[in-house]
Amino acid sequence: MTSYLIRRIGFILITLVLASIIIFSVTQFLPGDVAGIILGQFATETAIANLREELGLNQPLHIQYLSWAGGFIQGDWGNSLTSRMPIRPIVMERLGNSAMLAGMALLIYVPLGIILGVIAALKRDKLPDQLISGVSMAFVGLPEFVSGLLLITFLAIGLEWFPANSSISPDSTFREAFPYLVLPAITVSLTGLGYIARMTRSGTIDVLRTDYVRAADLKGLPAWQVLIKHVLRNSLLPTVTVVAMGIGWLLGGLIVTEAVYGYPGLGRLIVFSIQRQDLPMIQACSMIVVAVYSISNLIADILYGLLNPRIRVGE
Amino acid sequence: MPDPAADFKIKENQDICRPVLDARDITVTYRTEKGPLHTVRNVNLQIGSGEIYGLVGESGSGKSTLARALVRYLPANGILSSGSVHLGDTDLLALTKAEMRKVWGARVTMVHQDPNAAINPAIPIGEQIAEVARIHLHMNKNDAKDKAMEMLNKVRMPDPESVARRYAHQLSGGMLQRVLIAIAMTTNPELLIMDEPTTALDVTTEAVILDLIGELMFEYNTAILYITHNLGVVARVCNRVGVLYAGEIMEEGCISRVFKNKLHPYTRGLLGCVPRVDANKKDISLKAIPGYIPRPDQLPHGCIFAPRCELVEPACEEKRPSLIEIESGHLTACRRHEELKKIGDVVADTRESHEEEAEYGELVLDARNIKKYFPVSAGLSSIFGGKGSEVKAVDDMSVRMRRSFTMGIVGESGCGKTTFARCIMGLEQATSGEIELEGELLPYSVAKRSWETLRKMQMVFQNPDASLNPQHPAGESVGRPLILLRDMSRKQVQERVKELFQAVNLPEDFINRLPHELSGGEKQRVAIARAFAADPILMVCDEPISSLDVSVQASLMNLLVDLQESQGTSYLFISHDLAAVRHLSDWIAVVYLGRLWEIGSAEDVFVPPCHPYTEALLSAIPIPDPDIRQDSIRLKGSVPSAMNIPSGCRFHTRCPRKIGPICENEEPPWQDAENYHQICCHIPLAELRSLQGEGLIKKPQSAGGDSK
Repeated sequence: MTSYLIRRIGFILITLVLASIIIFSVTQFLPGDVAGIILGQFATETAIANLREELGLNQPLHIQYLSWAGGFIQGDWGNSLTSRMPIRPIVMERLGNSAMLAGMALLIYVPLGIILGVIAALKRDKLPDQLISGVSMAFVGLPEFVSGLLLITFLAIGLEWFPANSSISPDSTFREAFPYLVLPAITVSLTGLGYIARMTRSGTIDVLRTDYVRAADLKGLPAWQVLIKHVLRNSLLPTVTVVAMGIGWLLGGLIVTEAVYGYPGLGRLIVFSIQRQDLPMIQACSMIVVAVYSISNLIADILYGLLNPRIRVGE
Repeated sequence: MPDPAADFKIKENQDICRPVLDARDITVTYRTEKGPLHTVRNVNLQIGSGEIYGLVGESGSGKSTLARALVRYLPANGILSSGSVHLGDTDLLALTKAEMRKVWGARVTMVHQDPNAAINPAIPIGEQIAEVARIHLHMNKNDAKDKAMEMLNKVRMPDPESVARRYAHQLSGGMLQRVLIAIAMTTNPELLIMDEPTTALDVTTEAVILDLIGELMFEYNTAILYITHNLGVVARVCNRVGVLYAGEIMEEGCISRVFKNKLHPYTRGLLGCVPRVDANKKDISLKAIPGYIPRPDQLPHGCIFAPRCELVEPACEEKRPSLIEIESGHLTACRRHEELKKIGDVVADTRESHEEEAEYGELVLDARNIKKYFPVSAGLSSIFGGKGSEVKAVDDMSVRMRRSFTMGIVGESGCGKTTFARCIMGLEQATSGEIELEGELLPYSVAKRSWETLRKMQMVFQNPDASLNPQHPAGESVGRPLILLRDMSRKQVQERVKELFQAVNLPEDFINRLPHELSGGEKQRVAIARAFAADPILMVCDEPISSLDVSVQASLMNLLVDLQESQGTSYLFISHDLAAVRHLSDWIAVVYLGRLWEIGSAEDVFVPPCHPYTEALLSAIPIPDPDIRQDSIRLKGSVPSAMNIPSGCRFHTRCPRKIGPICENEEPPWQDAENYHQICCHIPLAELRSLQGEGLIKKPQSAGGDSK
């Protein structure tokens, strides 16, 4: 297990370095000159030249990269070009908001997806399975702006259970934010649910067919014990991976849902900074998303290892 | 040491007053798209306590279905459509599903075929035994743990404490099968069902497990239903046997009577298919049963075996004979059983050699000092200077083969047989050594060999499902080597494919069939036809028959012998089935851990076996004749890892005849016997011979016989 962990962490470090190089170089190729963007279109040539000198933009690229990456590691993420404010607090705040939404969504769709997937597997090819598989697939295909608007129409405007707009103030606590989180979380869950349910269903069907589950049945263990101890332990392995991949998507990729509800998450910040060509902000957000993806995959790998003795204890 | 097998067989004739399992008139029906299929029909089965009842038959005969019906564990579309099942006083059919779960694992337990698949990979071994103790014996956590340990000791598990903490992937097949038996015996059940429990194991491991089963049954007095297709295994462990064919019992009785009198032609057929360890292709040809088991919806009107029976007469096809008792406890479903008694014991055809012992033909293959080391990747640690080790899969093996000659290679799985064959074929690149085909030195890799070389060497693989392209009709698979290697025109190819199909006894209309429309045996015939299409001088057969039924095995072995005779091809025949190797081979090489230990003519190697390893392999073979007494020489443990080869003589860790430190420290020398027979062992040849007496297999004329 230790060598497995070291290997995984090693891979993640390599991923992060590669990603930072790609992010850095992509922002170099974006149209427009940073100094020009900062000073606006009426700036004089000299002013731009001075600012370029000041920002170190005349140095060779690798020096620029190293000073950017070094600063990033030390917590100096620079200032936003649009608001002139330090980037780090803004990004961390938005990350916190995204994490709240992600956590809420995960709490809804992971258990529900697993339960539905297991039911579908147990009732394979019968009505419950067909219902679950059909409906969950329909939701996966339904764009978030459609499902989001439907939810707003019925649950917010019609029944008035939840607020229609989730534009909470950036520094809200979870308790304050909770009512605003429900609808976006449900919207996101509708998409995520289908993947989890499908994965769980196929994993469980595979395991139900194995000899060791037959053997467990014929040991006379109660049916629920066979299911939980002998089936799920093995059948949820692929689901773990899907959940982990979902975390990255929840934290950085909910652009549509956040827009529909006006929720101040990381996704909207990214779109916003791209529109304003706020390069340091784009870089910081992208690095955070990459880091989140890597770390959630690491967690998935660790969980996978813990559940799977073939990895935990070698040959 | 008393022979446990002998002891428990004393019980053979004891009266079974009250059967533990009493199943009557069992019929199992599967609902399918084509309507109901009655897979098992009107079977009666009684098993007494302490009795081991063997249920034999080809695949598709309904053995496993019957077993699952008895414990009410049929798949969703299967129902027990008639009959009654009593376990002791309990009517199993009257129980609810929840009540059945209290019977499962407590009063009836089951051991499955593939131990690797039947143990949960994510739960430690000890817990998988302990959970049974907790549920059925109502033990608390600690007592259950102790019970698990006790059971591991009972099944003679080496180092039980560490095994209890380990997972399935860390144990060998033989050890896992012990675990399954331990689980099954934890509750001291009334009935134990074993479904092909040793089929997936090596012959040496099988022998050890069979011994264990015998000993445990003597101790526990459990009734056992032992399902197998291997008549040798039945003869070794069972008291009574039922022969199942297409869902009906054909013959039933105690072992000695059934094997001796064989009052049903199907029983005779099955026994005739099995190659014998004491004869080979020159002496006998195997008697394959023609045809296939009929589908349950296409049963013949009269006797269901009639279409495949040699003794069939019109009356057989009129009315289906019922199972009748001939003498006490011996039942048969053949109406001509009286005549069968008279016909006596002719099972195998003796064979006239067409040619007198020909002198050795010209040299075809000369493979010298072949080595194949696989590097073991050290992973990321190699970056930090860690060094990968090597698996020495083949470590200096040499064979020479002549024309129209069969070299059999035997050894346990994991000893390097297949790797060696693949090196010869060029499918693996040998690490070092020389491969000469008809005097021409070959490159290691198949990619660098000439078309002509490829034509001359062909291979038949173990699994025909995987070796035939599922998208290509059979005829196309056979035709490809003709186009690629022999430059034939389209018309010639068609002609030749027809001839080849004829040669392997396949009907011409099979040419257009896809592999999934063929049975396992038919697919293997296509694979053999494809190999012969190239007109090879050397054919490497890697376990070509092991996945097939006995009757199919027999017909394929006959086919190989006939083709060799007409084509003069040489075979390198690899198998862990020693009887098959003995039957087919002129020369036998015994392999262990990547090296040869004995090589010589089949006769010299097997009769009597000299090398301790050969001896152990031979004594492990279950022989389908309850009168034959075999020495029980058993090997401990399993083949060591090829990454960590023992010092000195590689076999010393398991050798039953180890003589001392010399075996651990020095590599044994090759000793020459007459007839180019060579043995690699520290024990002098004369002594090895004297240990054997007149050979391993002895027919005791009187009861008892000497034990060793």
